[in-house]
Amino acid sequence: MTLFLSLLLNGLSLGALYALIALGFSVIFKASEVVSFMHGSLLLFGAYTTARLAADLPFGVAVLLGIGLTAGVGLLVERLLINRLRGSSVISLAILTIGVDIILVTELTRRIGSDILNMPAPWGGDVIRIGDVGITTNRAYAMLVAAVLIALFFAAFRFSDWGVAMRANAEDGETAALMGIKPGRVSALAWVVGAGLAAVAGLFLVGSPTPGVAPGIQAVALRAFPAAILGGLDSTGGALVGGLIIGLAESFASGYQDQILFLGRGFGDVVPYVVMILVLLVRPSGLFGTRELTRV
Amino acid sequence: MSDTATRTLGDEIVATPMAPASGRAKLLKMLVPLVAFAAMLAVPIFVEPFWTQVGFGVFAAAIGAIGLNLLVGTTGQLSLAHAFFLAVGAATYCYVSGESGGTATEVGGLGLPPVVGMLCGVALAGLAGLLFSPIAARLRGIYLGVASLGLVFIGQHLMNTLEEVTGGFNGRATPIFAVPGFSFGSSDPDLFVLGIPFGEAEREWYLGLFLLAAAWWFAHNLLRSRPGRALQTLRDSETAAAVMGVNVQAYKARVFLLSSMYAGLAGVLVALSIGAIAPESFTLEVSVLYLAMIVLGGLGSVGGAVAGAAFVSALPVIFQRYADVLPLLSQPGQGGLSAPQGARILFGLTIIAVVLFQPAGLAGLARRRPRRPARTTSVAPSTAPAQGSTP
Repeated sequence: MTLFLSLLLNGLSLGALYALIALGFSVIFKASEVVSFMHGSLLLFGAYTTARLAADLPFGVAVLLGIGLTAGVGLLVERLLINRLRGSSVISLAILTIGVDIILVTELTRRIGSDILNMPAPWGGDVIRIGDVGITTNRAYAMLVAAVLIALFFAAFRFSDWGVAMRANAEDGETAALMGIKPGRVSALAWVVGAGLAAVAGLFLVGSPTPGVAPGIQAVALRAFPAAILGGLDSTGGALVGGLIIGLAESFASGYQDQILFLGRGFGDVVPYVVMILVLLVRPSGLFGTRELTRV
Repeated sequence: MSDTATRTLGDEIVATPMAPASGRAKLLKMLVPLVAFAAMLAVPIFVEPFWTQVGFGVFAAAIGAIGLNLLVGTTGQLSLAHAFFLAVGAATYCYVSGESGGTATEVGGLGLPPVVGMLCGVALAGLAGLLFSPIAARLRGIYLGVASLGLVFIGQHLMNTLEEVTGGFNGRATPIFAVPGFSFGSSDPDLFVLGIPFGEAEREWYLGLFLLAAAWWFAHNLLRSRPGRALQTLRDSETAAAVMGVNVQAYKARVFLLSSMYAGLAGVLVALSIGAIAPESFTLEVSVLYLAMIVLGGLGSVGGAVAGAAFVSALPVIFQRYADVLPLLSQPGQGGLSAPQGARILFGLTIIAVVLFQPAGLAGLARRRPRRPARTTSVAPSTAPAQGSTP
């Protein structure tokens, strides 16, 4: 029972981080029709810059700067590349982000080299215990911050001008443009938000129990892909649910590894994809995604 | 729906049968590939084994790229699963033709002739594609892309887990290819052509060249046949295809089968070219590089896929070899840009440049100039509605 509770808690915190990344995916997709394959490198970029800056600056400042810089990269990509290709097919836009991703990851991997950068967070590797159940302080904060950010995001999405513009743009781009909503601005803001969320997730993902900033963490961002897809790519609520499902599934599959050994060691890393394929088999547009209609 | 790449591609397909080709142009069109093929036959006599080895790698990649292009470029089904199908082909070949035993990990093997192993590799990869096609048939566009991405990770997991077949994390050696009476290794029989010893590299060059020629020829003819046109209609609009009497699900399943068979063959050749298989040879990055090949070469073009494959698979090796002369590159361990990293950054930049400025890829560049004059009359009616439909 203790194991179950601790897996549940850790799964929830992991899921909250996945949800943050997946939310970024779906905001970007809604606003600019781009499936961002470069989220892994954005996450890595955020974690890397924060860790490097924190060597000289106070931790809080470094975090803010890291998030800001990552958002800046997102903005730059949107302004310089995506904006020029408005209306291109989803596939060629996705391929474009793969191109950016290759460059960013190669450069970051080279800079990181073989050493592992530590995220000098003030809470370090502490563990919080509630009865018998333990969770690292890092993951507890992650859950808290993610919950606050997600709540903020949904409030902004519902009530702010940006949220209204965004929803209008996603609903019917042409009409929205006629009403004076600039599609370029909506999409630029979406990229800033998406990249910023990825940076926040990156910040926590490299902390304990993960050893530090290593190129491998971009694989984690890839596991948020199933989260976004199984929730429905164009549904922000779906991203949240998808993130939690994937986080819990992964946590339980790793924790009960010995009971499911017939599936092979390290099955936890694959579980997100298996879950995604199973869900897509039943619901091809994800759990909450808009069903594609074909008009003839 | 129709982006620039598709439109340009459409032009070419319409233009080919209609273009008023004179007898001489026709003859030229037939002669050029033949002369090129003959020139390729002579290459191992003139260059050192390093280049024939690079060439074999390129041939392997080119076969895989042609297969992926049929799926993504021609039919418009985004797939990131290519590395998985390559892995199926490679692992099957190693298991069927390899001997059991092994040093680091105990592996099994059936020890059958390599030709049988190759055929099994192709067949099993095709079967894997066919099994995935019901899932693929339900998904569209980007959902399919991400679902297929899942296959790569599942494949990685399988390669690590099924130690008896794949050798697990450490991998296993690839059995040398042979046909009855002739081995593609360094001996048996010893072979000299014009006084030059033909070792493994030279022999494999011919193996790759003939297989690539066959693969190219098949894809080339397929695209100009009834099924090929059905696939292109499927890319442009599934609804329209269904209305025209194209059985959408059946064709999607077939193109998955075919594309993964190409991948299976490519996988066998990649395994031969590396000399061993391991999970790290079939990661997501491999899928991405194959995608880069067909985007650079030009979506939907067979020749483009081959050119893209040559560019993507030869560039890092060439960079590696000339790292000391090339600017900006440094030797490994000096902290600068290493050869593979330099190559990767160049791929990234080229992909971005191609999507931004030349969506038809290398094939589009090649097609651009000489055919301009012939186009004005024959193509106008087909492009006009396509452009008109996008407000």
